[in-house]
Amino acid sequence: MPLLTDAMKQELQAEIDRSETRKAACIEAMQIVQRHLGWISDESLLEIADFLQMTPDELEGVATFYNHIYRKPVGKYVILICDSVCCWIMGYESLQEHIARTLGIRLGETTADGLFTLLPIQCLGACARAPAIMIRGELYTDLTPERFDEIIASYRREA
Amino acid sequence: MTVERPLTANIQPGGEPLSLREYEKVGGYQAVRKVLTSMTPAQVIDVMRESDLKGRGGAGFPTAVKWGSVPLDSKKPRHFIADADEMEPGTFKDRVLMEGDPHQLIEGVIIGSFATEAESAFIFIRWEYTLAQKRLRRAIAEAYENGYLGKNILGSGFNLGLHLHVSAGRYICGEGTALVRSLEGDRAIPHSRVPRQTECGLWGKPTILNNVETLCNVPHIINKGAEWFRDLSLCEDGGTKMYSASGRVKRPGLWELPMGTPLREIIEEHAGGMREGYRLKAVMPGGASTDFLLEEHLDVPMSFGSVQKAGSRLGTGAVIVLDDKTCPIGMVHNLEYFFAHESCGWCTPCREGLPWAASILQAIENGKGIPEDLSTLEKLTWMMAPGRTFCALAPGAMEPLGSALKYFREDFEQHIREKRCPWR
Ligand SMILES: Cc1cc2nc3c(=O)[nH]c(=O)nc-3n(C[C@H](O)[C@H](O)[C@H](O)COP(=O)(O)O)c2cc1C
Ligand code: SF4
Ligand code: FES
Repeated sequence: MPLLTDAMKQELQAEIDRSETRKAACIEAMQIVQRHLGWISDESLLEIADFLQMTPDELEGVATFYNHIYRKPVGKYVILICDSVCCWIMGYESLQEHIARTLGIRLGETTADGLFTLLPIQCLGACARAPAIMIRGELYTDLTPERFDEIIASYRREA
Repeated sequence: MTVERPLTANIQPGGEPLSLREYEKVGGYQAVRKVLTSMTPAQVIDVMRESDLKGRGGAGFPTAVKWGSVPLDSKKPRHFIADADEMEPGTFKDRVLMEGDPHQLIEGVIIGSFATEAESAFIFIRWEYTLAQKRLRRAIAEAYENGYLGKNILGSGFNLGLHLHVSAGRYICGEGTALVRSLEGDRAIPHSRVPRQTECGLWGKPTILNNVETLCNVPHIINKGAEWFRDLSLCEDGGTKMYSASGRVKRPGLWELPMGTPLREIIEEHAGGMREGYRLKAVMPGGASTDFLLEEHLDVPMSFGSVQKAGSRLGTGAVIVLDDKTCPIGMVHNLEYFFAHESCGWCTPCREGLPWAASILQAIENGKGIPEDLSTLEKLTWMMAPGRTFCALAPGAMEPLGSALKYFREDFEQHIREKRCPWR
């Protein structure tokens, strides 16, 4: 069963149409497929490579280079915790311990219910309001363990 | 005296940015109109030269020189890129400019493209800047609808397409040659600067790349003139500058101030000084890849030349304050860990040297350091000095390390002597 639906292919084609070369659309293409399927499996990598007329190895080289292309399944909500210098000064490490304890996962892991994945990230550009985390593209700043618990509870309700 | 703040005049903290109509009401797109209907590309570059605008991406390279270095008879289409990757730890000025006034950046991109005769433009933005992406997308659509982008702009015969590229994330993408590779759909690996990108860049065509803040200055210089721009500043470099402060200061934040504002004024007045119970130990004046400065340097004017004379760099103007209750070795370890992780792996000194530096620092912090570690770290700063690697990531990573070895010597030695971190 092919993974790329006609709707996805249309989105990919639109990116290719505005690109100078088919290959130049590959980062956008993987982001599109990931939006639909959650991550880039071996099967979807092969199909995307085929669609872009790239070799799978070539596309794999690109996929593994960038932070936000996932070659393993992730949870519904990816929690990015900033581990750069301002958040370090403001104590991200103890926040990270709290998050890991609360969710029962370490960095790089996903909760058993498939809801949350915890990943480290470089400076989120919220340094004046450190520590900072990002969940599904949503930024949370001046974070305390209590605030984190409230935020996570609201995601659980939403899920 | 009223202080002029052209870059942030339209920005309401916490509010929505101006729509295109509102932006036009306060004089927006007048500069594009002026340039496209009454100036030649060479005249635009002349105004930039007189204004002495220097690039705000970190290196302070004169914008007019960059724009003027595209050979007149070189290939077309040419490309123009706004570097909105902003991943230098401590730095968030471009995010605020894009979220707060997206049309200002678009106007700068249009003028820069006209001056360099580029027909295709990109804003290369980092993945995490989701709000800025949303606002830029809307603003770009408005600019197309109103004829500021697309074919035959304002009837001038000038055409320009603008695409917002959302990166999939890596610090190295902000480096000019790596960014171009990334747009071409490759791993973002820097390459040699010969030939220059202004001759042979994206898809082999002349390509000009500027920082977001640099470009946001451009419409104002066109509207109000080079002399007005130079007079905004307190020093030899013209204009205002977005400065920020983070760490344990009372009011961490971001301010548009005259170029050359003293470091002390930024920390003590704008950021409100240190928090109760904390003393200032050292400062990084311009983001994670700049040398530490000490209390004794606080009177330095924050301009490219003066900060360099004090032994560091203005960088992005993002001040990071180290307080006396935070371990300087732990901080340098965090910085080198960042750089080690972000190395693209292309050249050996950087690929091998940065993880080595990070692991030595970690050992010292954990009480496992030995006296020879300090000479090894010193050797590494020499191995990754400017000119020994393809790009400036590794030399940049050595700036905090080299200055830490100089200024925090006693702290390093105490860690090694006592086999523990005195701050823990
Ligand atoms: C590792 C690395 C990362 C960089 N990241 C950025 C960035 O995110 N944004 C930026 O404007 N410049 C960045 N730069 C600097 C650019 O290479 C380039 O000098 C700058 O964008 C030029 O613009 P300007 O002349 O307007 O300053 C980076 C440089 C290096 C070496
Ligand atoms: S210095 Fe580091 S980041 Fe730059 S090209 Fe070499 S390996 Fe890559
Ligand atoms: S260092 Fe964490 S947001 Fe900048």
